Amino acid sequence: MTLKELILSAALSPLVLFAQGNGVAPSEILKPLKDSWPTYNGDYSGKRYSALTQVDQTNVMHLTLAWMTRVTPGQTSGPGGRGGRAPAAVIVGGEGPGDINVGGGTIKASALEVDGVLYFTMPDNAWAVDARDGSELWHYFWKTKGGTHIGNRGLGMWNSFLFMETPDDYLVSLDSKTGKERWHKPIADLAQGYFSTPAPVVVGNHVLVGTGNDLDAPGMLQSFDPETGDLQWKFYTVPMNPGDPGLNTWASLDAARHGGGQAWVPGAYDPDTKLYIFSTGNPTPAFTNGTRGEGDNLFTCALIALNVDTGKMAWYYSTSPHDMHDYDSAQTPVLVDGMFNGKMRKMVLTAARNGYWFTLDRLTGEHLVTSKYGLLTNWSDKLTKAGGPYPDAEKNATIAGSLVSPTSDGTTNWEPPSYSPDTGLFYVAESDDYSIFYLTDLDPRGSMGLGGKDEVQVGSGGSFLTAIDYRTGEVKWRRPYYGQGGGGGMLTTAGKLLFAGDGAGNLVAHDVVTGKPLWNTRIGWVTNPAQTFMLDGRQYVIAATGDTLWAFVLY
Amino acid sequence: MVRVKNWLLIALPTLLTIAVADHAAAQTAPPGATPPAASVPTAVRRSGGLVPGQKRPPGDPVQIERGKTLYGISCTSCHGADLRGGDLGGPNLLRSQVALSDQDGELIAPIIQGARQNSGMPAVPMSPADGKAVAAYVRSVVATIGTQGKPPSIGKPAPSVLVGDVTAGQAYFASKCASCHSPTGDLAGIATRVSDPKALQNVWVGGGRNRRFGPTLGAPGSRHTVMVTITEASGESVEGRLVRIDDFLVTVALADGTSRTFRREGDIPKVDVHDPMKMHRDLLAAYTDKDMHDVTAYLVTLK
Repeated sequence: MTLKELILSAALSPLVLFAQGNGVAPSEILKPLKDSWPTYNGDYSGKRYSALTQVDQTNVMHLTLAWMTRVTPGQTSGPGGRGGRAPAAVIVGGEGPGDINVGGGTIKASALEVDGVLYFTMPDNAWAVDARDGSELWHYFWKTKGGTHIGNRGLGMWNSFLFMETPDDYLVSLDSKTGKERWHKPIADLAQGYFSTPAPVVVGNHVLVGTGNDLDAPGMLQSFDPETGDLQWKFYTVPMNPGDPGLNTWASLDAARHGGGQAWVPGAYDPDTKLYIFSTGNPTPAFTNGTRGEGDNLFTCALIALNVDTGKMAWYYSTSPHDMHDYDSAQTPVLVDGMFNGKMRKMVLTAARNGYWFTLDRLTGEHLVTSKYGLLTNWSDKLTKAGGPYPDAEKNATIAGSLVSPTSDGTTNWEPPSYSPDTGLFYVAESDDYSIFYLTDLDPRGSMGLGGKDEVQVGSGGSFLTAIDYRTGEVKWRRPYYGQGGGGGMLTTAGKLLFAGDGAGNLVAHDVVTGKPLWNTRIGWVTNPAQTFMLDGRQYVIAATGDTLWAFVLY
Repeated sequence: MVRVKNWLLIALPTLLTIAVADHAAAQTAPPGATPPAASVPTAVRRSGGLVPGQKRPPGDPVQIERGKTLYGISCTSCHGADLRGGDLGGPNLLRSQVALSDQDGELIAPIIQGARQNSGMPAVPMSPADGKAVAAYVRSVVATIGTQGKPPSIGKPAPSVLVGDVTAGQAYFASKCASCHSPTGDLAGIATRVSDPKALQNVWVGGGRNRRFGPTLGAPGSRHTVMVTITEASGESVEGRLVRIDDFLVTVALADGTSRTFRREGDIPKVDVHDPMKMHRDLLAAYTDKDMHDVTAYLVTLK
């Protein structure tokens, strides 16, 4: 090595290290959310509360656009980012024929921010962009075999490797530096109607992978080895064999094995107990109970806590026992340590799609609070002994029609909520809409999947940014939305701010105490949850609208 | 289930509101009249799309026909003519994971030949070629499953939604609806204009339109038009059709065809929204299902 080379390499190597980094060591994700965004919810708690304080109530009105970038899904590269660099060449993978035109896509993903790079997805597509200017660094495209292309929640990261699920049910691992594929592994059978939308969650040396299905197939959560992609364990959310727990809540083993309960949404993780806590979707058939009986249909519409090393269930709690309206309980659970009845408790909180709120002890699953937070929720007339709302038979789908709130889209949906320890409040987008549910399939054998009914939405009783006190389940305040309800999900920060789309074309910063709007920018309908990170001493706030990602900063 | 329904519902309101006379006004409104707050989200939610889950070449019709015949002979009594399970209690083949995953009889044919006798499926004597034919027929029916697991149509008309009491419906109408509506005025002939009772129920409960999200801003001249009065700090006020409102801006269309946008700072300017549909939305929380069925039964008589 010449002297010149030596000087050059000495000068360059820290720069290279700084620019590329080593990705996300599993221990990094154990830290509370602050400078980077290394996993779907930022950290494992699901709070989406950032400790960053540079942007606060006194200066948020000066938050301004740093950059925006528009991405083009598919096999041909688009116009590229607005950072002045040419678009990256598209790296193509996948087992499909390559001639299935999926059309445009929407960024519903939470981006990962690691070492100055943002990683995010649309169905079949993953991008890395420079977090300083939005320039595309690489674009990976997966040729699909099919499956429902409704959304993709983002990537998981283990050291320098990324993981993405595809609508045709593969887990794909990419090298984060180049976007090149390391391997892909089948995670479910597309022919049985499975399609995959979740962001994989990395815990230690486990890649936790959920899937979805609308066709009477059993739900499951699987764990894969991040190095090899080998299956470590598979947990079915419904009884699959004689003697399995929960079987007595179904009319038959066959009904249970076709009972649904999909793991649509990434869960939360408690490192002290090694419990991964996630939620499950509706039982099938969704609207008729011909085959599934009158029982609770475990473990659909439930919170489930699994030991992350073994995949064995520690506890469950049924948030919508015997659901009859397709109210998946597929929401992000939020882990909170706080006072409850004068004692510090480790809790898990969820505002379920069915309009009910739950506070549970997350060590045991012990039920602490049930409340109705959906203002007009009218489908249940009783709680089970365990505190879960049970359907009023009069409000199930009927031939002549039942007028029910909420609609099957729910009081809230997949959009992640947020919890601020500064206020002790849980923030969620609430929609109080009505549908008429008609029973159209009178076959005593019951129907299938989401069939057998006709649902017609007939009006809205309003939509709100809603703040809930976990200690009582009481709604502390509701701030009306003018558009179609909140967009994308919630973010709170130690700057005492709450960022969210307002459903009327704005990204808004609210006072986290009162909900009062303090700043807005008219970037369009926000399609993912707002996020924040620190780079070069500046706090960035990012959010997506459709195919465009926007970054805001204080100068 | 994830929120697939949003896209499906985009088509629904259009279908249902065509029947309503004053929707014509909305359809002929100038493009600029579309409220941006309502149109932007719809455009976003429309993107993406359903890709068929089972991309398979169509089967051989001759083989499928033979399979259908054999199915009718040997399988119907247990699995049903429609594959959804028969009188003798065989499982529903439409949601059978074996049937869904089968490619060329490799999963189904061994079961026909006796692989599952332990769980009650008898061996059915059949040549390997015939086993494949039955599998081809089963796959051909499975391929007709609709989105989100909707079973194939069995060709029966939907049962009538008319279960209400006409007299009770008339009384309810008189007490709750007659302040705005009249059976001899705006609703004369409503059951002729909307001849399907179910569509009629959807239309009247939704207040003449089935937009999911309120307030529906409406088009110029529509009965549903939301009006707004904006009063500035100076006391000056303007009134017109509400085009768009959020926490930060409010836009009003004026009588002269122009529009004005005001920045909102808390309570300034003062904004009074007059939404004629508010009563309809408020009633959603008041109707019992019996009220709803009774009023529908009554409205069906207004030919």
